[in-house]
Amino acid sequence: MNVEVTPLPGIGTRQDFQTRSGKRVGVITHRDGRFELIVSRNDDPDACSASIPLTAEETATLSSLLGAPQLVSHLGRNTGIETRQLPIAPGSPFAAATLGDTALRTRTGASVVAVVRAGTVHPSPGPEFGFAAGDLVVVVGTEDGLTAAAAILAEG
Amino acid sequence: MHDTAVSLVELGAVFFGLGILGRFAWRIGVSPIPLYLIGGLAFGQGGLIPLQGIGDFTELAGEIGVVLLLLLLGLEYSAQELVTGLRRSWLAGLVDLALNATPGALVAVLLGWGPIGALAMAGVTYISSSGIVAKVLGDLGRLGNRETPVILAILVFEDLAMAVYLPILTAVLAGVTLLGGLSAVGVSLLAITVVLVIALKFGRYVSAVVDSPDPEVFLLRVLGAALLVAGLASQLQVSAAVGAFLLGIAISGSTAENATKLLEPLRDLFAALFFVVFGLNTDPKSIPPVLGAAIGLALVTTLTKVATGWFAASRVGVARMGRLRAGAALVARGEFSIVIAGLAVASGAVDGELAALATAYVLLMAVIGPVAARVVEPLTRLAQRKLSPR
Repeated sequence: MNVEVTPLPGIGTRQDFQTRSGKRVGVITHRDGRFELIVSRNDDPDACSASIPLTAEETATLSSLLGAPQLVSHLGRNTGIETRQLPIAPGSPFAAATLGDTALRTRTGASVVAVVRAGTVHPSPGPEFGFAAGDLVVVVGTEDGLTAAAAILAEG
Repeated sequence: MHDTAVSLVELGAVFFGLGILGRFAWRIGVSPIPLYLIGGLAFGQGGLIPLQGIGDFTELAGEIGVVLLLLLLGLEYSAQELVTGLRRSWLAGLVDLALNATPGALVAVLLGWGPIGALAMAGVTYISSSGIVAKVLGDLGRLGNRETPVILAILVFEDLAMAVYLPILTAVLAGVTLLGGLSAVGVSLLAITVVLVIALKFGRYVSAVVDSPDPEVFLLRVLGAALLVAGLASQLQVSAAVGAFLLGIAISGSTAENATKLLEPLRDLFAALFFVVFGLNTDPKSIPPVLGAAIGLALVTTLTKVATGWFAASRVGVARMGRLRAGAALVARGEFSIVIAGLAVASGAVDGELAALATAYVLLMAVIGPVAARVVEPLTRLAQRKLSPR
């Protein structure tokens, strides 16, 4: 999948891609952490027919609606193990740190199995993997471990 | 009433009036800048009611407004964005400069204002209002459009051009010789390079100097640093505005974001006063004689900005409609044109009519810009339908 990343000076970044049906779909990440969902227009692919501002909560809901089924379906059921996608918010202390810095496995028992960035999945990241704001971290662990991991990623 | 009471009442009336004007402006979808200018014209010399006793305060507040306008402009773009923007848009940026500075310079020469007037008017017609443009793009939901990065890249280039232009203008206005002018160029280019390098490599340290978790302390430090740098720059003849602009570039990352959030309301307050002061100092009676020139300039520079946008957008493969949108979005002129005219007039080195022309020009362009951006699509579609009936 070819995701085009375009810097928007003074505003943020635009990440979009072409769907098979010929539409451009993407997300504008504002500098202050707001998201905007964009869909291109039929008659003019340069312009947008919709640009929908989303709150952090709405973004998380939308991304879990779209993303969760594929990831969770790979895991066995009834094992007590769950998968969760945790965002690295712009204000997170780990927005400019490595996976090793979080010491997530030592502290919570949960493991990071992948990082989703700009629509691309980076599987099995090593301790040297550097996070960036806007990353989605896919964590596997127990319910308690995941809750603790979410708190660590958000607040350090 | 004693003096302080009169001053407070006058100042309160000015702010309250500006609040009403601002609300009205956004309601009809235009920038409030032209209305602030009109407000100033109405009260100033030769206007309806002359204000007394708050002159000193408003003058200084206007100066602070300029410093804050430029500081926030610098905060808006990270050094990284400036460098990539410059690399990507230099050709379009040069076309922009050539097409839009020339009309202003020519008119100044035709009106007999000499080379200094020409230099000032070139700046007035060249620089788009990044504030109006960004607001209009956001309001019209065009941030996701393909031509939008092109528009923003041109704004970035213009901002860097300002950082070179303002010190030159300041030096020339101060009446230095050719050699002095050249050294001002050298000093400003050197300063910009040094600041960019510092911002790219050591931006954290600059940010650390002003940063504080406490908003009150943070506000005082940022504002203090900005005024200190602006004052020093002004003393070194590099223009206060440029000092603040460079400080803004050097502050980076989350510090810059927080500073922007904190300073935006202050900027709006002081910048509004700056526009009023500019209007106050312009005699409304001096506008009618230059109105023809202003209208001519407005028409020509609307077309040249559209051409600039068309050219820049076509280089990245945007279709016709997008090229027109890019052009129309760039039309608005505003705060920085007034900053330039303000510098020129305050120095006394240019004809007083320049203020009148700049005022009339910005009054027109700050209204034409947002309207052009809005109507370009429906108008083009209408024209297409007329041309190809079926």
